[in-house]
Amino acid sequence: MAEAAAPAAESLGGGRARAARTVLGQVVLPGEELLLPQQEDAEGPGGTGEQPLLLNAGARSRVRVVCGPGLRRCGDRLLVTKCGRLRHKEPSGGGGGGVYWVDSQQKRYVPVKGDHVIGIVTAKSGDTFKVDVGGSEPASLSYLAFEGATKRNRPNVQVGDLIYGQFVVANKDMEPEMVCIDSCGRANGMGVIGQDGLLFKVTLGLIRKLLAPDCEILQEVGKLYPLEIVFGMNGRIWVKAKTIQQTLILANILEACEHMTTDQRKQIFSRLAES
Amino acid sequence: MRLLEFRGGRGRGQIVSKRGATCGPQSWAVRHRRVRTGYAACTQARTSVRKRQRAWFGLVEGAMQADAKIRTAGGTEPGPQGPGCSLRHFACEQNLLSRPDGSASFLQGDTSILAGVYGPAEVKVSKEIFNKATLEVILRPKIGLPGVAEKSRERLIRNTCEAVVLGTLHPRTSITIVLQVVSDAGSLLACCLNAACIALVDAGVPMRALFCGVTCALDSDGTLVLDPTAKQEKEARAVLTFALDSVAQKLLMSTTKGLYSDAELQQCLAAAQAASQHVFRFYRESLQRRYSKS
Repeated sequence: MAEAAAPAAESLGGGRARAARTVLGQVVLPGEELLLPQQEDAEGPGGTGEQPLLLNAGARSRVRVVCGPGLRRCGDRLLVTKCGRLRHKEPSGGGGGGVYWVDSQQKRYVPVKGDHVIGIVTAKSGDTFKVDVGGSEPASLSYLAFEGATKRNRPNVQVGDLIYGQFVVANKDMEPEMVCIDSCGRANGMGVIGQDGLLFKVTLGLIRKLLAPDCEILQEVGKLYPLEIVFGMNGRIWVKAKTIQQTLILANILEACEHMTTDQRKQIFSRLAES
Repeated sequence: MRLLEFRGGRGRGQIVSKRGATCGPQSWAVRHRRVRTGYAACTQARTSVRKRQRAWFGLVEGAMQADAKIRTAGGTEPGPQGPGCSLRHFACEQNLLSRPDGSASFLQGDTSILAGVYGPAEVKVSKEIFNKATLEVILRPKIGLPGVAEKSRERLIRNTCEAVVLGTLHPRTSITIVLQVVSDAGSLLACCLNAACIALVDAGVPMRALFCGVTCALDSDGTLVLDPTAKQEKEARAVLTFALDSVAQKLLMSTTKGLYSDAELQQCLAAAQAASQHVFRFYRESLQRRYSKS
């Protein structure tokens, strides 16, 4: 029975962990284990007795690596928990081994501290608003968390309004809390989103792609029509242009951007620019 | 692997998403299809077989080796196993429904299951667990109301998923898996497990490993048949279904029906573990294809 289970075909990485460096940019599956750079040096010779002699027998100095979304620490290895491409970012300052994470495609948002999101006010209970951000529970937003708000000067927020804010508390154990001011007390673009416009939902991967610093989609869209646009990291985009038809066109372009290649996109933009 | 291309796309061999572009009279260079199904709302809606067949463009298909079936004789230890195992042709499709967070359709021969996953989402206070996610599985048969057999299969699938999903990362939430039987031609539970696994991966639910289901049937003369059809299951003296995980082919769940000996159980388990390698390789190829197109 053991013979049949022996890996005649390639196994899914079970029992054989690969070095994280060699897997960068490839698709990794849940259950795979990745070795950090420090460990592969030690395991490279494969225990043939050729390991370098350490002067301080005992603790080896480890490179400090940050474990991003999609990865978990499992002993001294990284366990992949989501399917996607493995990415790595070198550390900007000195020290550390950089960040590893898995770039996966998802629709459901999980609140993360510091993320800017678009929420919909669903209830007013006492001094807080309950805001639906697309996660597993509604976030709470205090009425004092707006620029220039005091106990006497309350913000004008109604049920059904759109709010652009950021999370100050977002972990798995507590109810998420969001605010519409930054750490200096200024609004910085956050707050109630104005009238009209259209709110629609896209996948989280598309939002990250559009918000990447080198994304030209946004510049091309801006050349097309004058518009106002707000991106929420929870997959929600609010867009407003001069007429309803332009707004709808922009919404459809952004939704379709996910599946179009660069050429198709340029084709569509040029067609729209003509008309 | 056969790749079906459809016009307008960039040669997608698989489905990435199927949202329809609804903008007035304008039509885009890339035409999306909207798959109208009622599964996401967990109703008794049924799709016609033809609509399902229309969704077959861009499928990822797994080619299976059709080697000799594994024979066992009595209780003796089998010799070195042949390289092949006769699993039926299978195929899978991902992200085909627009409402659920993750969806997948898995086909094994003529058995076809459609799975949708919602989560991590809100949970009723009566059902919430303080330190992990509440997993719910709903299995709808092709015709009729769900009965006791469906309930027992739901429980088996839920136990398997709970062993694999990292529920502690999302306490007080619910992860719901909805499975709809589109056609049943044998090894239903294994197909349900496979569809559930792909749908969970598609939804981005954190898991500690992948899992797959394999069914074995034992004939009256001791022949072992993997992935039996409905006819073979009916005539078999024992039908065994195993759920195996991807890290070390460990056994997650087993359910058996009929008469078999201890040695036969071990042989079936070994055969299932060998077959699961093929299934996991198919998962890997289909997921790689999905991410290569984006």
